[in-house]
Amino acid sequence: MSITYLEAIREAQAKLLRDDERVFIYGQDVGGTFGGAFKATKGLAKEFPGRVLNAPISEDAIVGTAIGAAMQGMRPIVEMQFADFSSIALNQILNQAGTHYWRTNMPIPITVRLPSGGTKGSGPFHSQSMESIYAHYPGLIVMTPATVEDAYTMLIEAVAIDDPVIYCEHKYLYYHLKADQLPEKGLPTGRARIAREGRDLTIVSYSAMMQESLAAAEELERDGFEIEVVDLRTVKPLDTDTVLASVARTGRLLCVGESFPWGGATAEVIARVTSQGFHLLDAAPQRLNAKDTPIPYHPNLWSTHRPNAKNVAAKARQLLRE
Amino acid sequence: MLQTAQRTAKSKTKKAASAPSHKTGADKAAPPHDRFLEAFRWMLLTRTLEEKLVSLYRGGLITGGVYIGKGQEAVSVACGLFLQKGDIFAPLIRDQAGRSAFGEPLLDVTRTYLGSRLGPMRGRDGNIHRGHPRNNELAMVSHLGAMISVTVGTLMAKRLKGDKNFVGLACIGEGGMQTGSFHEGMNLAAVEQVPLVVVATNNHYAYSTPNDREFACRDLVDRAIGYGFEGYSLDGTDLGACLDVIGSAVKRVRAGRPPQLVVASVLRLSGHGEHDDASYVPEEVKRQPFARDCLKVAEQTIVDLNLVDAETLGKWRKDAIAQVEEAIAAAQQEPAPEGDKEDWCALSNRGLADQPESPE
Repeated sequence: MSITYLEAIREAQAKLLRDDERVFIYGQDVGGTFGGAFKATKGLAKEFPGRVLNAPISEDAIVGTAIGAAMQGMRPIVEMQFADFSSIALNQILNQAGTHYWRTNMPIPITVRLPSGGTKGSGPFHSQSMESIYAHYPGLIVMTPATVEDAYTMLIEAVAIDDPVIYCEHKYLYYHLKADQLPEKGLPTGRARIAREGRDLTIVSYSAMMQESLAAAEELERDGFEIEVVDLRTVKPLDTDTVLASVARTGRLLCVGESFPWGGATAEVIARVTSQGFHLLDAAPQRLNAKDTPIPYHPNLWSTHRPNAKNVAAKARQLLRE
Repeated sequence: MLQTAQRTAKSKTKKAASAPSHKTGADKAAPPHDRFLEAFRWMLLTRTLEEKLVSLYRGGLITGGVYIGKGQEAVSVACGLFLQKGDIFAPLIRDQAGRSAFGEPLLDVTRTYLGSRLGPMRGRDGNIHRGHPRNNELAMVSHLGAMISVTVGTLMAKRLKGDKNFVGLACIGEGGMQTGSFHEGMNLAAVEQVPLVVVATNNHYAYSTPNDREFACRDLVDRAIGYGFEGYSLDGTDLGACLDVIGSAVKRVRAGRPPQLVVASVLRLSGHGEHDDASYVPEEVKRQPFARDCLKVAEQTIVDLNLVDAETLGKWRKDAIAQVEEAIAAAQQEPAPEGDKEDWCALSNRGLADQPESPE
C-alpha cells in the first residue's frame, strides 16, 4: 500500500467526518462529485451528505461562516482553493478568529487548509507561502507538515485543537511524497522533529523546503559532512528548544523557508538562536528564502526563485568554511 | 400617531408584530401599545445611559472613545425586541437600545467603557466592541460587514445541529454596506437560505462622508433583490413603524421566508464618536424629516394617544437615571486590569502558546 501526502489529507478528513459529528468541510468546489481543485475532498460529499459544502467565491464570507459555526460548537474545516486567496480572508482570520478568545474568552476552533507553495508554471497568484504572515499575528497556530505521516496526524490534531489553526499543506508534496501506511499518532503539536542527524551544521526547515534541505544534506554527505536537518512541523508555536539543542551539537545554523525573505519564519529562528544561544554559534547564522519578487511563472525562473537543493548545499558549504 | 406610523412603513405586513419578548416574558398576544411602551422604555434607558457616558468622556473618565446611537434608538430597539432565546444578535456600533432589549445588562456597558477587569471584555477591548457570544450576542469587530457572514455561520451551525425555530439578526449601517465583506456575507446568506434579518440603518453619514459619496444606487433597499433578499424600507424615526417592519421581518424568517433586508432612514444625531462635533452636517439636512429625534417622536405619540400619564413618564425617567447611576457606580468601584498581572496568552490552549523569549 502506498499513500500520498494528498491522500493522507483526504483520509484525515474522512476520519474526522466519521468520528466527530461537529466536523464539516466548507470551501469552493469541495462538494458535489468534484471533490476540490486538488481532489483533497474527493468522494467525501457522497459519503457524508450535507457535511461537505460548496461555497461561492467569497473567501471572506467562507471563513466568517466557519467562525460563526465554531461559536455554535461546530468544528469546521475550510479549504482555501489556493493559499494565495486567503489574502481575501485575512480580515476574518486575523481580526475575527485570531482576536476572539483574547477578547471574549471563547476560542474559535476552525481549521483553515491552505494549499500552499510553488509548483511549476503556477505563477504569482497560485504559488504563495503564507505561513509567515499568519505566524506574525496573535491567536493562531500555524502548521506546516513536511511528511505524509504529519499531513495526516497534524490535520486530525488541528481539528481537535480549540484554537484556530492555519494548516499549510504544500502542493508540491501532494504527489511527490508517499508513505507505506498512516500512523495512529504523531509527535505532539509544537514539537520539532530531527529528520536527519548530523554534527557539522544544522539546517532548520519545514514544509516542501524539507525535501530540498534533505537532498542538500545527502549531497554534502558525499563530501564527508554530517548535516543535521530539523523539521519545525509547526512554525507557530516554534520549538526553539529543539533548534537550540541541535545548534548546541553543530555550532552552525542555516534556515530555509519558501516564503518571502523580509521577516518571517527563518528570520524568527535566527533571532531566537542568536539571542538565546549566541554562545553556541561558531559562525554567523544564515538563511535562504524565496527571492523578494513575485513568484514567476516560467519553470526556469521559478526553480531559481525558490530555494533548491543546489543553492541550499552551496550556502551550507559556505557556512561550513567559516 | 401609532396607527399612521404603521401605514407609512412600506411593509407588506399590516398587523403589528406580536412576537413574545424573552426579556420581559410579555404575553404573546400583547397589544401593540404594550410593545410600543416597552420599546420606549429601552430607548429612554439607552438615551439616559449614553448621555451619562458622554459626560463621563468629557470629564476624562472614559479612555478611548464613546460611540452613541442617538437618533437610532427606535430602529435598534426593534432589532433586539423580537429575538427569543436561542436567536442570534449581531449588533453594531449604535445598537445600545437593541443590546439592552436583547438582554445585555447595563453593567456590561459601564464595565467595558470604564475598563473594569470584571467586565465581559476585561479591559482587553472597549466601548462598543463587546459581546457575550455564549449568550448569542456577538462581539463586533471594527471591520464593517464582517459580522454578516459570522452570523450566517451561527445559523448554519444551528441547522446542522438540528435546532429549530431560530433566527439571526445582524445590524449594519449604510457605510458598512459598501464593503466587500458585506456583499459576500449577504450573498452567502441567500445562497444558504438561513433565517437572517439584516437591518441597515442609513444615518446619512459614514463618519463625515455623506450618502452621495457612499453609493450611487437609487435606494439601498433595491439591493435586496440582487442579493436574493426580500427588502423593506422604513422611517427609522417612527418607533411604531420600526416595531412593525422589523418585527414582521423577524416573523417572516422564522416562518421560513427568505432572508430579509430592512433599510431604515434616520440622521445620526451625534458625531461619529464623541470626539467628533459633526460640524460637516449642514443645517438644511438637520431640518429633513429623517432628522427627527425618534425618542421625542415616540414620546409625543405616547402623549397624543394618552398611553400613559405624565407622572408615569416622569417615573420611568427617574428609574432610568437610577439604573444608570447604579451601573456606573458599581463599575467605578471595580478593579482595573494591570499589565504585569495580565495573562498574556491569546490561545485557550496554553500549552501551544509560542514562547518568543527564553524563560527568565
